[in-house]
Amino acid sequence: MSTDDRLARAREAAAAVPDPEIPALTIADLGMLRDVALDGDTIVATITPSYSGCPATQPIACDVADALARAGFADAKVRTVLAPAWSTDWITETGRRKLAEAGIAPPDRARARPACPLCGRAETEQLSAFGSTPCKALHRCLTCREPFEAFKCH
Amino acid sequence: MSSVTPAKAGGQALDRRAGGDDELVLALLRRADDALILGHRTSEWTGHAPLLEEELALANIALDLIGQARLLYAEAGALTGQTEDQLAYLRDAPAWRNALIVELPNSDFAFTIARLLLVSAASDVFWRAATASTHAGLAAIAAKAEKETAYHVRHAAEWLVRLGDGTAESRRRAQDALDALWPYTGEVFEIDAADHATIDAGVLPDPADLRPAWEATIYATLARATLIRPAECWMQSGGRYGRHTEHLGHLLAELQFMQRAYPGATW
Repeated sequence: MSTDDRLARAREAAAAVPDPEIPALTIADLGMLRDVALDGDTIVATITPSYSGCPATQPIACDVADALARAGFADAKVRTVLAPAWSTDWITETGRRKLAEAGIAPPDRARARPACPLCGRAETEQLSAFGSTPCKALHRCLTCREPFEAFKCH
Repeated sequence: MSSVTPAKAGGQALDRRAGGDDELVLALLRRADDALILGHRTSEWTGHAPLLEEELALANIALDLIGQARLLYAEAGALTGQTEDQLAYLRDAPAWRNALIVELPNSDFAFTIARLLLVSAASDVFWRAATASTHAGLAAIAAKAEKETAYHVRHAAEWLVRLGDGTAESRRRAQDALDALWPYTGEVFEIDAADHATIDAGVLPDPADLRPAWEATIYATLARATLIRPAECWMQSGGRYGRHTEHLGHLLAELQFMQRAYPGATW
């Protein structure tokens, strides 16, 4: 296999790893997979944590190593880098669409309150500034009355 | 830079060794210990918070703080040859370098919130300034921590306003908490000779430059909360040098139990 093919295959495997806490999205969708490169003959995947204390960070590193091993890169390395700091601006367009489809309002810096991902109406209220994971908060739609999670702008 | 030999797990040796790395290690440990001890205290509310939303909030804040502590321990440990776990689990109370304010028991919810505001508002200005640190590792941690900490400040401030400008009972508790905590706030901005070295090297921001922004946040919140600003008074000190209240030992007994009972145990 050519170097380009190997890299492409490794990238594809790493990029497909789902986030353990939001499995509808991959780590590539979330902007947490920073790079997949060759260091000599070794594949090195670089990931970045979302929040400092996010418990998903370590499982993600293990999942990436497992995915690379299954793709034939048993000696691949996974590196975690902090800088530049992850931001929700790195969530891809695909990621934003998948979030909405999963009932999670994507981050939106332009709005004080997220639109309801279920009925689409703009009038919502915040129930809790914190949610089930460090990256989300709880809201409720004032029209359909359904509670929903929203990605915090970070 | 001096060469650094791996320190014994006790950590007390750190202060006796001279040289730039030791001062950097001390600076990192002071920050890390603040974050871990406040994170531990905050996590004690899990299962006991007054309402579900607050349960989520305090657990999330604790998680952020413990995450920040881990990053800082990793940075310090890279210099001393220790692991995060050795630094967190195998140092006795006199080797801890946190400010006393974070180790005080949670007391009631008002005390927990007032402390969270006082400490987070100081951390907030510290992290923002530390993003420009000449130490790349600290700057990277700061860039993550500043966003998290700003969120903690907002949350604690909203609660303190609600408590202070709430019922007679919540107001009394908030004011009592603030008065009790105030003598512990001086230590957060205290500096010593080791700090001067790291400040001069551009590693740490100068607390004197940070204090006005902290005061502005605190005083504005107290005004909104209709709480009375405590009088300037004698300030408690000692935590930065390992002289702690009796409460830290009890906290460590719980925090460190597993590693003390089963040394080297891993998941």
